[in-house]
Amino acid sequence: MPNVIEVDHLNFSFGSGALTQPVLKDVTISIEKGEIVLITGPSGSGKTTFLTIIGGLRQAFHGSVKVLGHQFVNSNEQIKVKTRQQIGYIFQQHNLLKSLTALQNVCMALEINAMITEQQRCNRAAEMLIAVGLGDRLDYRPDQLSGGQRQRASIARALVGQPKIILADEPTASLDKQSGYEAVNLLKRLAKESHTTILLVTHDYRILDIADRVVEIEDGMIKQE
Amino acid sequence: MNWIGWLYFPARLAWRQLVFDRTKLVAAICGVLFACVLVFMQLGFKDSLYASAASAPVKLDGDLFLMHKQSEAMWRPVRFKRSELMRVLGNPAVMEAYPLYLGLAPLKNIQTQVKRTLMVYGFDPDSLIFNVDAVKNKHTELRLKDTVLFDEYSRPEFGPMRQLLDAGENVTEINDYKITIIGLFQLGVSFAADGNVITSDLNFMRIFPRRNLDDIDMGVIRLNSGASVERTQAELKSHLNEFVNVFTYEELLHYEKDYWANAAPIGFIFGFGTVMGWVVGLVIVYQILFTDIVNHRNEFATLKAMGYEHGYFVRVVFASSFFLAVLGFIPGYLLSLGLYNLAESQMYMPMPMLISKIITVFMFILSMCFMAGLLAIRKLKDANPADMF
Repeated sequence: MPNVIEVDHLNFSFGSGALTQPVLKDVTISIEKGEIVLITGPSGSGKTTFLTIIGGLRQAFHGSVKVLGHQFVNSNEQIKVKTRQQIGYIFQQHNLLKSLTALQNVCMALEINAMITEQQRCNRAAEMLIAVGLGDRLDYRPDQLSGGQRQRASIARALVGQPKIILADEPTASLDKQSGYEAVNLLKRLAKESHTTILLVTHDYRILDIADRVVEIEDGMIKQE
Repeated sequence: MNWIGWLYFPARLAWRQLVFDRTKLVAAICGVLFACVLVFMQLGFKDSLYASAASAPVKLDGDLFLMHKQSEAMWRPVRFKRSELMRVLGNPAVMEAYPLYLGLAPLKNIQTQVKRTLMVYGFDPDSLIFNVDAVKNKHTELRLKDTVLFDEYSRPEFGPMRQLLDAGENVTEINDYKITIIGLFQLGVSFAADGNVITSDLNFMRIFPRRNLDDIDMGVIRLNSGASVERTQAELKSHLNEFVNVFTYEELLHYEKDYWANAAPIGFIFGFGTVMGWVVGLVIVYQILFTDIVNHRNEFATLKAMGYEHGYFVRVVFASSFFLAVLGFIPGYLLSLGLYNLAESQMYMPMPMLISKIITVFMFILSMCFMAGLLAIRKLKDANPADMF
């Protein structure tokens, strides 16, 4: 299997000069297509920073980060924006647009690509919402949905564009045990169907069993594999 | 991405966000509406002022006009000698020249006896230099002693003149001198005078006993048909004394307007009011757009993470400001239309709602909203997806 993410001797630090605070030290990891990788570690260990670099949201300067074949270290914004369109994001907060219905929110992920018609977009979004169990909530706004339903809607939004990679940051943090577990299992099932790679940062030890591999980061270094 | 999607999707998102929060939308529309009405009224008053200031010269039927160089405007003329006007007859292109006498004097309201100042125009009735049919038709009657024509469009404080004349009550006083109103004509009020009266040059001297026929306020010159106005103007300028201005018809209108626009602070006041309306509207729209961006910061950051570019959100903001401009302009226009009609009927000021004015104000409002958008988009930088995790 080809590697969709290849990180080689990545170093990253915040600040400059005397205040330089190293966050990631010599991180090397490869993730295959279709793999589900959980990253755990104490707060401040650098796991979220690692995720933002993989997602092309933060610029790294030392080492090598290849995502879907694109080098992200010292790259320009254009390449990262292009690559980001092939990545689905799930945040701790659902971050759905309050003024849009669930269906319109999921459609937003498809509007970047104007090649398909409005009808196709709606159909695909509706199918995805049905797949996450929100078939009867298509025209509900976020404030009319429960926490678990919102997170499922944001999973649908992340997956609808058929991304090659899903990056998730504490997706269960704002959910109770039951709905958190359901949401993550749903994510796993849908990802496995389409061979989507998942990189998931979590503190939540209840969901470790969904992973193909668990990576622990401590003080900016990968502790064990 | 094709260009329809380029503009349509952000515009649609902007629209959905606007209609979602009705309270805020209404507040924003009220802000734009306020600015819109303010600008409409300021421009309306200003144009009305210029139009009415020039209403008297507009009706003068002549090719060239003489005024003293020290005259600021027609309503406060500096007199010069009639003989100076008569010198122009030496030019072969000049057919005739007539003096015009101007004076402000109180007219007594026939009903209430209250005196109020109006403008008195005096000239030879047979010269027909006032290009109003009602005046021309009465030129023989005007030659009678102590007769005047009254401007029907004068302010109502002078009394319901038409009804009074119909009832046969036509005798009153101007400058404490008894006259008879023998008819009505239509001219309109200006900022200088609340009303107008036309009389013969001889009656003018009776109303103003200290004036004499040799000291004139303006000269109206008619040229022979076929004569060049510009060339004659140049010849007269070199020929006459330095203290008189020789104006063409357009120059006279311009001179009058210029006085109100510049010499009198009124043009500045209205211009200032217009700018204030723009600024107030700008601040309101900016506040709305700004808080909108702050409230949607997380959502925008999420969309950015998903691969939306910065330009998309710029277009969202500008689409919002465009919608606000249109949504505020429509009720603002309708309200202004009502106020214009009110001003015309209650204040007797000409306030036409011209297409050009509608376009001007819309562009003004649009520029205001876009400026607000331009200021607000700086806030978009705060929507940084890296801070989302």
